[in-house]
Amino acid sequence: MAADSDALQARFDRLIDADERIEPRDWMPDEYRKTLVRQIAQHAHSEIIGMQPEGNWLTRAPSLRRKAILTAKVQDEAGHGLYLYGAAETLGTPREELLDRLHTGRQKYSSIFNYPTLTWADVGAIGWLVDGAAIMNQVPLCRCSFGPYARAMIRICKEESFHQRQGFQIMLTLAKGTPEQKTLAQDALDRWWWPSIMMFGPPDAESVHGDQNMRWGIKRFGNDELRQKFIDATVPQADLLGLVIPDPDMYLDEESGHYVHGTIDWDHFWDVVKGDGPCNRERLATRVGAHDDGTWVREAATAYADKQAQRAAEAAA
Amino acid sequence: MPPLLTYTLRQGDRALVLAQRLLETITHAPEIEEDMALSNLALDLIGQARALYTYAGEIDEPFEGPDGTTNHDEDHYAYWREQHEFCNPLLVEQPGEGFAQVIARQFLHDAYALPYWQAMTSSTDTTLAALAAKSVKETAYHLRHGRSWVVRLGDGTSESHDRMQSAVDHLWRFTGELFEHDEVEDQLIVVGIAADPTEIQATWLATVTDTLHEATLALPDDGVMQTGGRSGRHTESFSRLIGELQVLARAHPGASW
Repeated sequence: MAADSDALQARFDRLIDADERIEPRDWMPDEYRKTLVRQIAQHAHSEIIGMQPEGNWLTRAPSLRRKAILTAKVQDEAGHGLYLYGAAETLGTPREELLDRLHTGRQKYSSIFNYPTLTWADVGAIGWLVDGAAIMNQVPLCRCSFGPYARAMIRICKEESFHQRQGFQIMLTLAKGTPEQKTLAQDALDRWWWPSIMMFGPPDAESVHGDQNMRWGIKRFGNDELRQKFIDATVPQADLLGLVIPDPDMYLDEESGHYVHGTIDWDHFWDVVKGDGPCNRERLATRVGAHDDGTWVREAATAYADKQAQRAAEAAA
Repeated sequence: MPPLLTYTLRQGDRALVLAQRLLETITHAPEIEEDMALSNLALDLIGQARALYTYAGEIDEPFEGPDGTTNHDEDHYAYWREQHEFCNPLLVEQPGEGFAQVIARQFLHDAYALPYWQAMTSSTDTTLAALAAKSVKETAYHLRHGRSWVVRLGDGTSESHDRMQSAVDHLWRFTGELFEHDEVEDQLIVVGIAADPTEIQATWLATVTDTLHEATLALPDDGVMQTGGRSGRHTESFSRLIGELQVLARAHPGASW
């Protein structure tokens, strides 16, 4: 028995060391499975909850072209949620269970979606900053050691980069538009900047799962490294837009070539993670409301499928 | 207003107003698959509205803009007309109170829209015929989606059966208007531009009868039918729908997005 499990562990380690993919039928350590279920589910939940802040502007999009693009984006997010729940299900946890964990607060989603979209410019800022930060986090996941997650991420990243471009384009149009539009763009950047750079998570020194996830090939880069990469890419884009990053302490360190940011308010970050952000309650209430209101529909679909199966069986008999 | 312009705007308004109603339901659907499906329907309908409004701009009188004489663009019709200038059928502007009504509204509409676009593929107006060819494919999917839900909910549980029946009953009084025709339309029917609604009605009724039968639902009695959308007389909730659609665009006249 012990010899068997040693052999399985050795095979798993060999695959990880060779940077090959672990597939659902392969043996894997329980902790690896648990970590992946948690991470993939949180990612799926983020896609689904993330539909809400943008969905808030679907009926008010200021042109038909923008309305169509935003509708397609929100639809993509629903699709991403579905692939990701599918990837998590290959590890043996059904979607209903994962949704239940979301609805009862046992699993989280990205805190960024607990901020409100107050104006149309927020739709631009989400695409530009939030999707931009998500891409930085997600591109390395295309090489994640777990095959189904890595494959889902390849498809998702392609769509995310389209989302990021459309967000930047909204910001560009606003920044080059009327004085009122430019004010909206700056206001959105002011509100979304700090939450966006918090998306990479706490500093590596305080990160709970960092080392083990690196070892397992689930995580490839540290939080601080990715955050820096995002900031270095985004500051010149803000300059191009003629907008000001709301960090008076930020400066370019000539020697390293990196922008050094001011102090991040991690107490605020943890407040939002723990449920006390501006929209945590509303986001969850909307999701739970949709699920509860849909109970009779799902029951009907199941009842109908059962009847059809019974009819088919009777016809065959 | 030239009859062709009125006619084109009626079709564009039908698509846009229905899309706007669908967008209200996104993130509230009973399953994530349905959020996807409903946004997909909305996306197709927005596409149809844009093509129809763009065509309307070509038929309409050009106007004197800052850059000289120019045609109205698609957004002019969506954002800068008053509510009484919208001429969609009343059915598509009805609020969807719950999933059964969303599905009933969509199904009753799509059972009309599919034979409508099929007939329009042989319109003598080549622009409308080309648009119809594209819309037929989209609408065939929409109808399949709506029909399958009507059957599943009708023949699901007793609760879903009652909800579905009550949604169909509730919206039935708005179906008669789909098949009305006035002199605007008659002029275009004669020259083969517009489809004849009486022919579409027979196909619609066959689809609806057959579907409701399979769904174990009763076909409602034809009572008094509501009408007025075509002449800009809408139902009470319409002004809010238009207000929400236009609020941002109108707050920034002359802005680009």
